[in-house]
Amino acid sequence: MSIWEYANPKKFMQTSAGVLPFVWGLAAACLGVGLVWGFFLTPDDFRQGSTVKIIYLHVPAAMMAINAWVMMLVTSLIWLVRRHHVSALAAKAAAPVGLTFTVIALVTGAFWGQPMWGTWWAWDPRLTSFLILTLFYLGYIALWQAVENPDTAADLTAVLCLVGSVFALLSRYAVLFWNQGLHQGASLSLDKEENVADVFWFPLLVCIAGFVLLFVALVLMRTRTEIRARRMAALLARERLA
Amino acid sequence: MWALLTRDLRLAMRAGGGFGLGLAFFLLVAVLVPLGVGPEGGMLGRIAPGILWVGALLACLLSLDRIFALDFEDGSLDLLATSPMPLEAVVAVKAFAHWLVTGLPLTVAAPVLAVLLNLPVEGYGWLVLSLLLGTPALSVIGAFGAALVVGVKRGGLLLSLLVLPLYVPTLIFGAEAVKRGAAGQAVDVPLLLLAAITLGAGAMLPFAAAAAIRVNLR
Repeated sequence: MSIWEYANPKKFMQTSAGVLPFVWGLAAACLGVGLVWGFFLTPDDFRQGSTVKIIYLHVPAAMMAINAWVMMLVTSLIWLVRRHHVSALAAKAAAPVGLTFTVIALVTGAFWGQPMWGTWWAWDPRLTSFLILTLFYLGYIALWQAVENPDTAADLTAVLCLVGSVFALLSRYAVLFWNQGLHQGASLSLDKEENVADVFWFPLLVCIAGFVLLFVALVLMRTRTEIRARRMAALLARERLA
Repeated sequence: MWALLTRDLRLAMRAGGGFGLGLAFFLLVAVLVPLGVGPEGGMLGRIAPGILWVGALLACLLSLDRIFALDFEDGSLDLLATSPMPLEAVVAVKAFAHWLVTGLPLTVAAPVLAVLLNLPVEGYGWLVLSLLLGTPALSVIGAFGAALVVGVKRGGLLLSLLVLPLYVPTLIFGAEAVKRGAAGQAVDVPLLLLAAITLGAGAMLPFAAAAAIRVNLR
């Protein structure tokens, strides 16, 4: 039993078909519980009032925006090294989901920033690096769209993802150098004294779990769609030859 | 290698090669920005480092698709790929040729345009030095982007979408160096980081670009 078994599209389709309903159900449950708990059953922050509740969308979306790129990097590497098509298709499937999470993080951040900092947007390092991440996602998706041959597209986007990761990381630290920020530092670390208070922390954990599950469900579903589209193309090609 | 370099340079110099186009574009940016933001000298001087760097970057972008596209169309890229010279070296030489016909003239022309933009006198040396250190990175990164889209018809727009995010660190450190130089502050940190990006990109991206070309020629 190894993970490479799922490189076989048939095996992947079978297993994912079985797993998908549970992932969807768990994601819905976590998001439902987490968001209701967070929005209605936690107290208002004594300085931020009820705007603090944006945290339940903002933080998980931002985390998943970055994690989605990391996942694309890993699957791209697997594609480049082991040539498993499912891996390349998973990377392709994850990109629009990651882009959506990035946009959600930016928009909820703007809604949070307006009452707290008095501005929708500031050229703060974190905000700026997220905007740049959005551009990387757009370029990656555009390259997938532009190249016709699917294997060529998979190869080129995988190379772009590798190089893009290095430059995204570079940009992250370059913008730190360029401007000091308004955004607070990390307040969810496991090893720090001062963190988010427990009342907010537990529903936030549930929400993060919900976003992770939602991401997994969406990527599985989109990968299944890609595999089906690939099969359709193969069938059509065969028909044209016959 | 020498033959390839001189060939690329000669092609770029000939009519239709696009030599001078980047320079003209750079000049236009430097003329249009004051027309847009107003002639007030103090403000122009403050935004001059950023404008000059963004202008140089866009001017560089303009001629990127020529690095490989024409050779891909007439088949000489296939010949180069099968030649005994490694494809990585081909990429490096072509990026260097691109720098010689765009980055270097931009660097030389920048002080003249800095006069138009009222850059403080202290900034001139740092402007030239930062462009000299940074524009090679623009050419190498651009060559990588051009290698990615070489098989795409009308890939120019896509190329800019791919390449501009990769230009972010170079732009930040380059403009920051000029800004600090113009304000009389220490500039060694951004200049060193800029040189690091150029060296790192020059050392690694030819391999990525060559891989992309191999995929496109498959």
